Amino acid sequence: MSEWWTYRPSDFLLFSPRTYYRLFELYNAEIWPAQILTLALGVAILVLLLRHGGAWRGRAVAAILAGCWLWVAWAFHFNRYATINWAATYFAAAFAVEAVLLVWTGAIRGRLLLSPAVRAVDRVGLGIFLFALVVQPLIGPLAGRDWVQVEIFGVAPDPTVVATLGLLLAAPDRVLWTLLVIPLLWCAVGGATLWTMESPDAFVMPFAGALVLLLAAWKARTRAGMRAGSQSCL
Amino acid sequence: MTQLPRAGRRRLLRALAATGATAMLWPSLGSAQQRPPLTRPIPSSGEAMPVVGLGSWITFNVGNDRVARDASAEVMRNFFAGGGRMIDSSPMYGSSQEVIGYGLAKLGHPPPLFSADKVWISAGARGRDQIEKSRQHWQVPRFDLLQVHNLLAWEEHLPTLFAMKAAGHLRYVGITTSEGRRHREVEEIMRSQPLDFVQITYNVLDRDVEARILPLARDRGMGVIVNRPFREGALIKSIQRYPLPAWAAEIDCTSWAQFILKFIVSHPAVTCAIPATTSVAHVRENLGAASGRLPDEAMRRRMVAHVEKL
Repeated sequence: MSEWWTYRPSDFLLFSPRTYYRLFELYNAEIWPAQILTLALGVAILVLLLRHGGAWRGRAVAAILAGCWLWVAWAFHFNRYATINWAATYFAAAFAVEAVLLVWTGAIRGRLLLSPAVRAVDRVGLGIFLFALVVQPLIGPLAGRDWVQVEIFGVAPDPTVVATLGLLLAAPDRVLWTLLVIPLLWCAVGGATLWTMESPDAFVMPFAGALVLLLAAWKARTRAGMRAGSQSCL
Repeated sequence: MTQLPRAGRRRLLRALAATGATAMLWPSLGSAQQRPPLTRPIPSSGEAMPVVGLGSWITFNVGNDRVARDASAEVMRNFFAGGGRMIDSSPMYGSSQEVIGYGLAKLGHPPPLFSADKVWISAGARGRDQIEKSRQHWQVPRFDLLQVHNLLAWEEHLPTLFAMKAAGHLRYVGITTSEGRRHREVEEIMRSQPLDFVQITYNVLDRDVEARILPLARDRGMGVIVNRPFREGALIKSIQRYPLPAWAAEIDCTSWAQFILKFIVSHPAVTCAIPATTSVAHVRENLGAASGRLPDEAMRRRMVAHVEKL
């Protein structure tokens, strides 16, 4: 792309805000009542997160999340969003890759180990997940958009991504960076899209992404420090 | 070099469209037309082109939303009823081509249509396939004008377009750029290639093209299509809080949109401006700029000075 420095984010926005939010309105109407199912799945994840138990809980959560990511990839990005944004086919591919990574890392290899949040950073992760499940869908209507355009966990990309970030942060064992990359990239893409459309909630996705990135880095560093400390004691 | 359109029904209808007889022959388009719009001849053929066309960037990219598609068709209906002809799109514009095709089918394929589209793909070998796909979206037998979008792979695409024109599968060939990008390269292509059209950004605040590209287009006998006349609405948004100067009535302007469009189309090198809109009221207002008096050079300077002061 010649003279790339002359391009602004708005040069890549192919649609109007009205068209973008109408997309959610029509999507919600077409898939109803799938939203109830995904919200129930979100509650199920919460229950699994709060209960003590075996490693199967992490596998179950990873499988549920993978299903949500795959659904968003297919039903939203590929079948709907791509009708107004040719880049959405790439978004669909990225979401499908994240679903595969969740299945492989979390459901098959069992690397997503969950236990009730103990440390503050784990609790922040739990809070971010709750935010995505309960608060984030309300932001659009509170910002003046129609209720029928609401974006819900499991069917819309933004709350699905934020919920995933929260869960990955809440997992007390280790930071699974391979699972964080695509959600963090989506925070930048989604935030840029809303910012270009001058949406009042454009800050939510970049803020959530930056917060999780910082806390995950801090968590990884303290964990490495603890491991080094325990080795020096041996 | 330039191939004039073949005689026949289509040519007759086009000529009638240019003289304002469309509404009589095409009653389904409505009866909004009061008088024929101002036209400019396409330099390479002499074909008359109304000075206000219709863009589709963002506005017609509404996906499969039936309500929005019908609204777009209504914009098109009013555009044709007001004497408009040129509709411009690109494969880059999401679903805009399909929405235009939907509207054209709904309106019964109005003969005045001057279909202007683009080729936008980095692999030259895939240009023809993309053009064919675009044609199917529009549901037209052939395009009137095809342009190389933002000069992307122009060295590969232009020979294809010239070959299509020579074979009678296309009537005009052009290139596009926007927002002042790659003007030096645009000039070089204009000097070396037998283009019919060049599409650029030009408005009362973005006047870089006045120095070299517009004079060059006149010298080379090329038509000029002006995109982003309102800076995607930002220009109108920034000045609409100010009252239209009283002297705008001297050039028959009743709105800022007409003020801006009249400035653009009064440049002698400009063939047509292509504002995009989702509003029937706005498309009528825009077409209003293609009637009445146009500013002379002194008035144009006054218009620039006034807007720059706001």
